[in-house]
Amino acid sequence: MNYYDENDLGHFADVGKHRPDLFEKFMAWYQACQEDGALSRREKALIGLAVAHALQCPYCIDAFSQSCLEAGSHMEQMTEAIHMAAAIRGGAALIHGVQAHNSVNKVSM
Amino acid sequence: MSTALSVIQGDFGVHSSVAFDEKLAGYGLELHAAAIDTLQVNVGKLCNQACKHCHVDAGPARMEIMTRETAKQIIEAVRKFRIPTVDITGGAPELNPSFRYLVRESRKLASHVIVRHNLTVMFGPGLDDLPEFFREHSVEVASSLPYFLEHETDAQRGHGVFEKSIEALRLLNAVGYGIENSGLILNLVYNPVGAFLPPPQESIEADFKRELWSRYGITFNQLYTITNMPIKRFLDYLRRSGNEERYLRKLVEAFNPNTIDGLMCRNLVSVDWTGRLYDCDFNQMLELGVAPELPQTIADFDPVEFAHRRIMTGAHCFGCTAGAGSSCGGAVAAR
Repeated sequence: MNYYDENDLGHFADVGKHRPDLFEKFMAWYQACQEDGALSRREKALIGLAVAHALQCPYCIDAFSQSCLEAGSHMEQMTEAIHMAAAIRGGAALIHGVQAHNSVNKVSM
Repeated sequence: MSTALSVIQGDFGVHSSVAFDEKLAGYGLELHAAAIDTLQVNVGKLCNQACKHCHVDAGPARMEIMTRETAKQIIEAVRKFRIPTVDITGGAPELNPSFRYLVRESRKLASHVIVRHNLTVMFGPGLDDLPEFFREHSVEVASSLPYFLEHETDAQRGHGVFEKSIEALRLLNAVGYGIENSGLILNLVYNPVGAFLPPPQESIEADFKRELWSRYGITFNQLYTITNMPIKRFLDYLRRSGNEERYLRKLVEAFNPNTIDGLMCRNLVSVDWTGRLYDCDFNQMLELGVAPELPQTIADFDPVEFAHRRIMTGAHCFGCTAGAGSSCGGAVAAR
């Protein structure tokens, strides 16, 4: 068995096999989230791409890379979105340095 | 396991109409022509470029081009039947010795003329007057520009094509093409640089207008989005890159029944460089002629017989019905 086979993305619906009611609710919500609204589909696709990288989900990265292209984004824009994800992940790690400082300060004279 | 490829091809081969016709039937639809208002003339496969997505497989080494005798038959049909629009394509149609004859004679007969102009051809020998020629004859120009960035455009159309295309667009603007209220129409054609569907036409048009103006001072009228067809050179690319199955599945899954009414095959007849007739330029490249009960050549053409005709279909038709649909005039329906 291979982990993260690209063909698995096409079998996503299999996840609904045992509780189709829950899966259908998820899909309706998932698709509604991506429609044009206060944010455009293109903006939402770029958010999806950034989140996919933050989560490091290969299925999501593949899916949202395609969504971004089909929404009209180009690689410069997509790369900026990925940098946002990476920067926030990096920043989230770094801000925890304050915790380390607090911890050290607590036991230090 | 049933794959998209096997679903499309079935046991009938890659150009089978079965899967597409079954899909239509599933929606209670049939594909028949309406009245014919356009004769799309493909003057041959000779081109100064060899784009990676080209469904014609056109290029500088191709020798198949229309003769003057066939061009005369076309003009006779335009005259006899008062065909409203003559849409000239190729290859690069300007390289055909009968190109200017076709334009001049069609305009004399009061037909609207569209030329599928690839922009870079105007830098070839003896062709630098093309912007002026187009203007003189009030030709509508439709030009491929797959993206407003150099990297993407050159990746599809060849190294240096973007830079030349920008220069050509400036020259067209300079004689009035694409300028508001000039009456000279310059439309651009977007097609994806790879195995994915086009974005919504209105949003990518807004991007092109903003970017081409701010970066290069270029204006144009409309942007048409066109889906890449799994035919000839683009099909070769899909196979080489391992994208065939995925792309065909994408086309089938994106089938939109609302595209059927606006499909270009319903209002045009396509004629090849030898004078043979087809339902569209894609069928032409697959050598899938019009229904056998109809006249097969331009010499025998009669638009009354072709109106409401049965359209010959194939697996590639999923390309024109995916998402917002695709035609020589861009998207045909809401997604």
